[in-house]
Amino acid sequence: MANLPTTTERFIQGILPENPVYRQLLGLCPTLAVTNGLQPALTMAAAVGLVLLSANIIVSLIRNLLKPHLRIVVFTLTIATFVTIVDRLLAAYMYPMSKTLGPYIPLIIVNCIIICRCEVCASKQSVVTAAADAVGQALGFGLALCSIAAIRELLGAGMLAGIPVMPSAWPAWVIMVLPPGAFLTFGLLMALVNWVGAARSNNAGKGD
Amino acid sequence: MEPTLSNGSTAPVGGLKNSNLAQAWLVLLLALCFGGALAAVQVNLSSVIASNKLNETLKKVPELVWGAQTGDMKVSADPSVVISPGTLTVPKTGKTSVYSLYRVSRDDRLVGWVVKAGGQGYAGKIELLLGLDPDAQKILGLFVLEQKETPGLGNKITVADWRNQFIGKKSQPPLQVVKGKGGGAGVQTIDAVTGATISSRAVTGIVNRTIGDVQGKLTPEFIHILERQP
Repeated sequence: MANLPTTTERFIQGILPENPVYRQLLGLCPTLAVTNGLQPALTMAAAVGLVLLSANIIVSLIRNLLKPHLRIVVFTLTIATFVTIVDRLLAAYMYPMSKTLGPYIPLIIVNCIIICRCEVCASKQSVVTAAADAVGQALGFGLALCSIAAIRELLGAGMLAGIPVMPSAWPAWVIMVLPPGAFLTFGLLMALVNWVGAARSNNAGKGD
Repeated sequence: MEPTLSNGSTAPVGGLKNSNLAQAWLVLLLALCFGGALAAVQVNLSSVIASNKLNETLKKVPELVWGAQTGDMKVSADPSVVISPGTLTVPKTGKTSVYSLYRVSRDDRLVGWVVKAGGQGYAGKIELLLGLDPDAQKILGLFVLEQKETPGLGNKITVADWRNQFIGKKSQPPLQVVKGKGGGAGVQTIDAVTGATISSRAVTGIVNRTIGDVQGKLTPEFIHILERQP
């Protein structure tokens, strides 16, 4: 408890060592639901990143005023506010994308990544550390979403970000843009990440 | 683990500590600030969002009356084209149905109607825009505004190639959905999307029902055109 990670450590950890999706298995609802194309995945990652950053900053600023038994209420209130703002901004300036993402933007309110970062980092560390932590975790989340989305869109539609890249003879594997494709891709990618992680920690002589 | 949270703060000791207000003042203050912020966002953005919704429909209206090629390029820049939104109230036994519709005219001459119609699809509500000629005798165009059909199968109802089958079809007799290749040579038939017969039937059903409802009702008696300055 005594030694909390430093700002740099927080930032690095979020990207791969403690990747919110592949290592912490948090935020899986949007991970599975909006990764049938790169564009919705990127928008979702950006929306989550924005909410995460704002919530971490606010919570870190008021961390000394928090009452332990009321902290979850404060976290939820903060997160819900920023999610609503992001949802309205999308509806105003990115209307077609807002329709594509549908209910998944309001559902960011219950995204465990954000409340987890508020609890683990922002309510205990300085604003700078909390912001770095948010950016790191957001990058990790975006990386996870884009890796899944790229594979699904490429195999399922022969496209990347809506641009056809596969030869026109490519028989689009429709299952990849359907829900089963999300589970398949996510499972295989997580196995890969764990396998690489295990191999590396074996080399280092000690598992984690 | 929990006590370490408030380590930094030195809470006031005494009777105040137990009062509800002392416990909850931060939550109340934050709720007020956040409520204010959300109100400001709503005030600033609500008109943009509302016009986004309206524009999405209005943008499609010329295309549904004149066809995709001419609809986009010529008509949108033509000041003699007037699109007036309105509502159509159809009295039916037991209840009345209200449709949103758009009256499209050029040089004060009625060119056609675009009716918004909805119904149940395979996986949720389907909302269509249906372009009709002035007497609702012929279909001029069809567009899918909203659908939640299966990606890769049912959502092909949004593809222009499939929707364009409806263009030029007569209002009567009702359209029939035909499964499989080669069967779709009939005059009043629609080829089903492969693997999505239910979605195809849903769209065709909505079209048939809407035409049945509005035919003969496109008169001032049933229509209320909203006043709108271009």
